[in-house]
Amino acid sequence: MKKFARLFVALMMVCIMTIGVAAAEITVGIVNNPPSESGYREANVKDFEAVFSAENGYAAKTAYSLKNDEQLSAAQQFITDGVDYLLISAAETTGWDAVLASAQENGIPVFLFDRMIDCDESLYEAAVVSDMANQGKLAVEWLIAQNLEAYNIIHIQGAMGSDAQIGRTNPLVEQVNAAENWKIVMQQTATWDEATAKQIVESVINSKEAFNIIYAENDGMAKGAVAALDENGITHGVGKDVIVMGFDCNRWALRELLAGNWNYDGQCSPFQAAVIAEMIQKLEAGEALNLESKKIISEEKGFDATTITQADIDTYGLGE
Amino acid sequence: MKASASGFRWGKHAQLLVPLLSILLIMVFNLFRDPSFFSVYMSTNNLGNPVLAGNLISILNGASELAIIAMGMTLVTAACGGQDISVGALATIAGSVFVKILRAGEITMGAIAVAFLCCCVVAMLFGAFNGTLVSVFKIQPMIATLVLFTCGRSIAYWINGGATPTISSPLITAIGSFIPGCPIPTPILIVAAVALILSLIFRFTTLGLYTQTVGINQRAARLNGINPTLIKLASFLVLGVCCAAAGCISVSRLSLINHETMLLEIEMDAILAVAIGGNALGGGKFKITGSVLGAYAIQALTTTLYAMKVPSTDVKAYKAIVIILIVVASSPVVKQAAARLWTKIKARVPAKKEAAA
Repeated sequence: MKKFARLFVALMMVCIMTIGVAAAEITVGIVNNPPSESGYREANVKDFEAVFSAENGYAAKTAYSLKNDEQLSAAQQFITDGVDYLLISAAETTGWDAVLASAQENGIPVFLFDRMIDCDESLYEAAVVSDMANQGKLAVEWLIAQNLEAYNIIHIQGAMGSDAQIGRTNPLVEQVNAAENWKIVMQQTATWDEATAKQIVESVINSKEAFNIIYAENDGMAKGAVAALDENGITHGVGKDVIVMGFDCNRWALRELLAGNWNYDGQCSPFQAAVIAEMIQKLEAGEALNLESKKIISEEKGFDATTITQADIDTYGLGE
Repeated sequence: MKASASGFRWGKHAQLLVPLLSILLIMVFNLFRDPSFFSVYMSTNNLGNPVLAGNLISILNGASELAIIAMGMTLVTAACGGQDISVGALATIAGSVFVKILRAGEITMGAIAVAFLCCCVVAMLFGAFNGTLVSVFKIQPMIATLVLFTCGRSIAYWINGGATPTISSPLITAIGSFIPGCPIPTPILIVAAVALILSLIFRFTTLGLYTQTVGINQRAARLNGINPTLIKLASFLVLGVCCAAAGCISVSRLSLINHETMLLEIEMDAILAVAIGGNALGGGKFKITGSVLGAYAIQALTTTLYAMKVPSTDVKAYKAIVIILIVVASSPVVKQAAARLWTKIKARVPAKKEAAA
C-alpha cells in the first residue's frame, strides 16, 4: 500500500511537471516548403528551427511540402491540434481563405512569411516578406554609383514570371530606358540554370559584341557566366574588364566577392523568424501589434566586393 | 530498279538523313543570317592556355551531356520500346555522389577516378532498379522511371547534405573546361571517348543485334535463345553509366552542384534527340549516331536562338516551332510522300534523257 502511494505521488509530480512545462511553452505550427527546394529555403527552415526552439520556450510543429493541398491539410491539422500560432509560407497564393478563417474562429493568430497569400488582410496578423523590387533597385543604385562611362550589360534572367525575376528585372530595364549610356547587350532567361547562363554568355562572346557588366539574377547563373568568361580569357571582378553581379548571398558567392572575383551580391533574406518571434512575444504579453502595414518588408542589403568582410559572410551567407 | 513507294532505298545510313538535314537547315539559316556565326578562333583562357572558341565549338561543347545521355537513351528505347524519364534526376544523383566523395578529401587524379567509379556504380544500381521494374515486372518504362523522376532530385539533395556544395580544383576545371595544352574542350573529348567505347562494344559483341531483336519481337528473340530480361536490364545499366558521365561533366563545368537545376528537363531533350535521330520510339532498329546528331541539332538550335537574341519569353515558342517542323519532316507520312516524289523524279529524268537523245 505504501509502495502504491509512493508511486501515486511520483506520478502526480510527473503530471504537474509536464503541465507546468506545457504551460510555459508556446506551440507554433509552421507550414513551409521543404528545405530541398533551394538554398534559400534551407536557410529559411534552419532559421525557423533555431528561433522557435525548445530553448527559446517554443514547441514547434512543422510540415514541409511543395504542394498546396498538402500544406492546407497540415495547417488544418495544426488548427485541430490547437496550436497557439500558425506560421505559413504558402506553396501557392490561392485557396487559403477557408483554412485561415477556421484559424481565426479558433482564435489562432496567423503569420505569413516569405510569401503573400491572396486573401483578406483581416485573416492574418502580419506578413513578413522580401521585396524583390527593392533588391533590384539596390543593385541598380550600386551600379549607377560605379560611374562608368558606358554600361553594356548582359542581363541573365531567372524563370520568367517568378517574383524574383520580375523584381530584379524591372529596375534595371527602367534605368536602361532612362539613361543614354546604358545598353542591354543581351537579355535572356536561363531559368535559374547555371549551365544555360554559361551558354548565353558564350554566345555574346562569340558575337564579339563588347560588354562590361554581367547582371545575373541569382548567384548560380553568375557563376555559370563567370565560367564562360574564364574559358574565353576575359577578366572579371574588382578593377577588371567585366563587373559581375549576383543575388541571394550564398556563402560561396560572398567568398568570390571577398576574393575580388565578383563585384556585387544582393541579399534575399530568408531570416524572418526573429521578426515573427518578436511579434508573438508582444501578443503573449497582451500588447497590440499596432503595425503601420500588415506587410512587413525584411531588411535586405547589397554587398560590395571592396567593402565586404569575413564577418558579413558569416552573418549573411547562406549554405556552406 | 525497284520503284515502289515502300521499296524506296534509303540505304544503310539513310536514317541519318533527317538529323543531318536538320543541322544543315539550321546552319544554312545561320549562313544567311550572319556568316560570322561560323568563325572559330584561338584565344587564351584565364589560366593562360590556348583554347578554341566560337559558336561551333560552343554547340559541340554545350551538347556534350545531352549527346552522352542520348546514346544510352537510344539503347533503352530500342530494347524496351519506351523511354527513361529519370535520366536528369539520375545524372544529378551521380553528380552529387561525385561531389560528395571529392569533398571528403584532397582532390587528386586518383580521388577523381575513385569518385567516378563510385558514381558509376551508384548510377548503375539506380539503372538496375529502373531496369528491373521494366524487364522483370513488365512495367511501361515511362511509368517505371517516373518513380526516380519524382524523387531523384530529393535523393541528390540528401546526398549533397545542403543546397549547392562547391568543389574547386584545377583538375575539376580541366574536366569541365580545358586540359592545359589541349585547345579542344574536354567534354567534347569525353563524348568522343564514350562514343568510341560504345562502338567497340557493338563491333565486338552481339549486344547491338540482340537489343534490336528484343525490340522488334521479344517472343521471337526468346525462341532464338536471347534473354529479353537480361538485354533490357543491360540497356538500363549502360544508360546508368552514361548518366554518370554526363553528371560528372555537368558538375565539373561549374565546380558546383545544384540539385534543382542541374540537367533539368534533359530527359525531354534526350528523347527528342533519339526521335530526331530517326530511331523508332517503339523500339527495334536503332542508330546511336543518329541520336548524337539529334543532340547536336538541338544544341545548334538553342545556340542560334541565343545568337539571334530572341526575347526571353519567346525562346520556348521558337524552339517548339522548329521542333514541330523537324518531327513532321521525319514522320512516316512525309517520308513516304518524299519517297514517292523521289521515284517520280527518278522515273522522269531518264525518260527526258532518252527523249533528248
